[in-house]
Amino acid sequence: MSRGHNRRHFLASASALPILAFAGHAQAASISGRLPWEAFAGEPPRPVNPAGWFYFTPQEALTMEAIVDRLIPPDSLSVGGKGAGCAVFIDRQLAGSFGKSTRLYMKGPFAKGLPTQGYQGALTPAGRYREGLRALDDYAHSRHGKNFAQLSPEQQDEILEGLESGKIELKLVSGLSTRSFFELMLGNTMEGFFADPLYGGNKGLVGWKLVGFPGARYDYRDHVDKHNVPYPRGPVSIYGET
Amino acid sequence: MAKLLPRKDVVIMGLGWTGAILAQELTEAGLNVVAIERGPWRDTATDFNIGYMQDELRYAVRKDLFLSPVLEAMTMRNSADQAALPMRDYGSFLPGYGVGGAGVHWNGFVWRFFPSDFQLKTHLTQRYGARRVSELQLEDWGVTYDELEHCFDQFEYLTGTSGKAGNLKGQTVEGGNVFEGPRARDYPTPPLKMPYSSTLFMETARNLGLHPFPAPAANLSQPYVNPLGIAMGQCTYCGFCERFGCGNYSKASAQTTILPVLMKKKNFEARTECEVLKINLHPDGKTAKSVTYVDRAGQEYEQPGDIVLLCGYGLMNVRMMLLSGIGKGYDPASGEGTVGRNYCYQTEGASARLIFEGKHFNPFIGAGALSATIDDFQGDAFDHSKLNFVGGAGISCGSSNGRPIGYHPTPQGTPRWGAKWKKAVAETYQNSLGIGAQGSSYPVRGNYLDLDPTYKDRFGRPLLRITFDFPDNDLRMSDYMSDQLAKIGRAMNPKELTVGHSRRGWNSVPYQTTHNTGGATMGANPKTSAVNRYLQSWDVSNLFVIGASAFQQNAGKNPTGTVGALAYWAAEAIRDRYLKNPGALVPA
Repeated sequence: MSRGHNRRHFLASASALPILAFAGHAQAASISGRLPWEAFAGEPPRPVNPAGWFYFTPQEALTMEAIVDRLIPPDSLSVGGKGAGCAVFIDRQLAGSFGKSTRLYMKGPFAKGLPTQGYQGALTPAGRYREGLRALDDYAHSRHGKNFAQLSPEQQDEILEGLESGKIELKLVSGLSTRSFFELMLGNTMEGFFADPLYGGNKGLVGWKLVGFPGARYDYRDHVDKHNVPYPRGPVSIYGET
Repeated sequence: MAKLLPRKDVVIMGLGWTGAILAQELTEAGLNVVAIERGPWRDTATDFNIGYMQDELRYAVRKDLFLSPVLEAMTMRNSADQAALPMRDYGSFLPGYGVGGAGVHWNGFVWRFFPSDFQLKTHLTQRYGARRVSELQLEDWGVTYDELEHCFDQFEYLTGTSGKAGNLKGQTVEGGNVFEGPRARDYPTPPLKMPYSSTLFMETARNLGLHPFPAPAANLSQPYVNPLGIAMGQCTYCGFCERFGCGNYSKASAQTTILPVLMKKKNFEARTECEVLKINLHPDGKTAKSVTYVDRAGQEYEQPGDIVLLCGYGLMNVRMMLLSGIGKGYDPASGEGTVGRNYCYQTEGASARLIFEGKHFNPFIGAGALSATIDDFQGDAFDHSKLNFVGGAGISCGSSNGRPIGYHPTPQGTPRWGAKWKKAVAETYQNSLGIGAQGSSYPVRGNYLDLDPTYKDRFGRPLLRITFDFPDNDLRMSDYMSDQLAKIGRAMNPKELTVGHSRRGWNSVPYQTTHNTGGATMGANPKTSAVNRYLQSWDVSNLFVIGASAFQQNAGKNPTGTVGALAYWAAEAIRDRYLKNPGALVPA
């Protein structure tokens, strides 16, 4: 068993809590008289499977693609959020540890907090999307008689602006505010646009090309003191895409 | 039932910067040392792999190397009349996790605090009168800069710090930090190459009569072999530094400066993925007997030791004292008790964002501590007699990274999404720079640490509770710094200048800084400090508490340089004083 696997087990056991269930597994490491090293113990990232949806329902996926294409619209500068894979990115994130809040402190009691205390609801990010996207389509129906994805770009923008400013209050379960749901979507969309493409977004390095970020390069010694000179090389991803 | 283990000379909680330094120094003195570390073993080639470390989402956003709140969270509130709630994710600060601790993910600034910082109460009272500082709970540290000078030197040479002296044995050196305390010798390596942004800032600052200098960086300007014989590489300015481990052996950490030597010693043992639950005391309550910890499998152990060292992150040191009933918890109502007292942070709200046209700042060319700084408004380097605050800030302009999830500035008034946002972000990325003021944080009676009455960790132990807001004095200081940033920013002649201000109501969500100090402070008086001048507990004489938890206040500087110096100072006291005559090194 590689050390990487051990570590994942540790995290999994910590989140699920029955620590004693792991009694009998390997004891914790005692290291003395050597620098421990083993081959292939690292945890390189694995590119996501690009096909299909892992978390979103087909209806949610349509809504999400419409949203990311308004947050980052296609235009003469680049493809939009949908073309960049932002909805796929969010789907894979929600299907993984981010969506399940594996890292977070999720013990009760859950109380309504102050803004300085951060999100205090019991819903995971995956649960927040399920709830929020449902409420968004409900709103679109009540206002226009159609799902969000079927509205015109202008109607979609008007609704998104309303969510952002607080003018529109979606009917959400307690603990989730409309604005915090909007901020979650906006933040995740930006992540998808600018993260390494192995996570499903930033297709064709579109986000990096837009701003001029060279990506996963690691040696700029020859350029640091070339002041005010454009960097000559284009972006490269972790898996070597250029 | 805890399994009783054979005795060790020294038992250390935590194998980060301070744990590694103490272990190295005390194994050299011939002691048998065990370090009990909550997180996993980590090394450069395996865990900070150059092939995939440049992953902003994984490391900077999803915080892969950091402590997860599921393992240990903390609660927070701004004042005692609020109900504290758990920070369900860490945001404002990010504690480290695993071997190397927060010294893995740090930027690499290696500052020395000013001589006046160590005697702040005495210094400010003498210069401005007692009334000026009466709203603060200032204390002296019980140790002087001159006593610590050789310890700062040791840490700088351990880490190979790249910088330029400004005060060599009392002689001012132009181009260095002319406000620093006297140092016996220059830095071991010369400064990093300054990027375009820092160079413009330095030119402007000089024209304004200020004294810019390259910040001392543990991102090395050239290859270096430290006094332990460990080789480090030259920094490549890759821009994946803070929140990342260095894949290039060029950012100092326990991994790159100590562990290759320490780990090979027969009289040292690291136990990883083992979490300390409690320090057990002898029946008289005056000495520690052992440490109880639990391994990954859930098995509990009792590890007896002659000396116990708390070398966790400062906040964890304080919590472990409170959980173990060591010392008296601080009570803000009565002002009595010391454990949890004088918790401070960093006042970072003063900032300036400048946007130009037609520039190529190449923000992705960066290193954690690649920065030009002025200390003209730092600490008590400037006269406060006509000002309405004490304290100050280091003002810096540098290039740490241009990672685009976290860094995609736009002009004021730009929408946060949509076609206008997209156009603005494409135009601004290469045309923007920031100037920041890292402000001091001074103690007040109502800012403190204690155990939360409601929320528990996965072992059922109370979480640490942080009660903190920015004191009025520090907000006035920060407003003054915003004014200085505006002056400097205007002089740099940008197309647009936006100046930010500090606000009341410390917010635990957006990242600010992992510079949490105090709570187990050092001093000469057991009524106002938890540990004596050697970082030895006043109450439990074989327990030393090492870290930024010892700071009586935080300066406007990154704390690691002073933490490293205090680690060497404590190691020297244990080796040269305590071992010869175990017991209280200072009479209470």
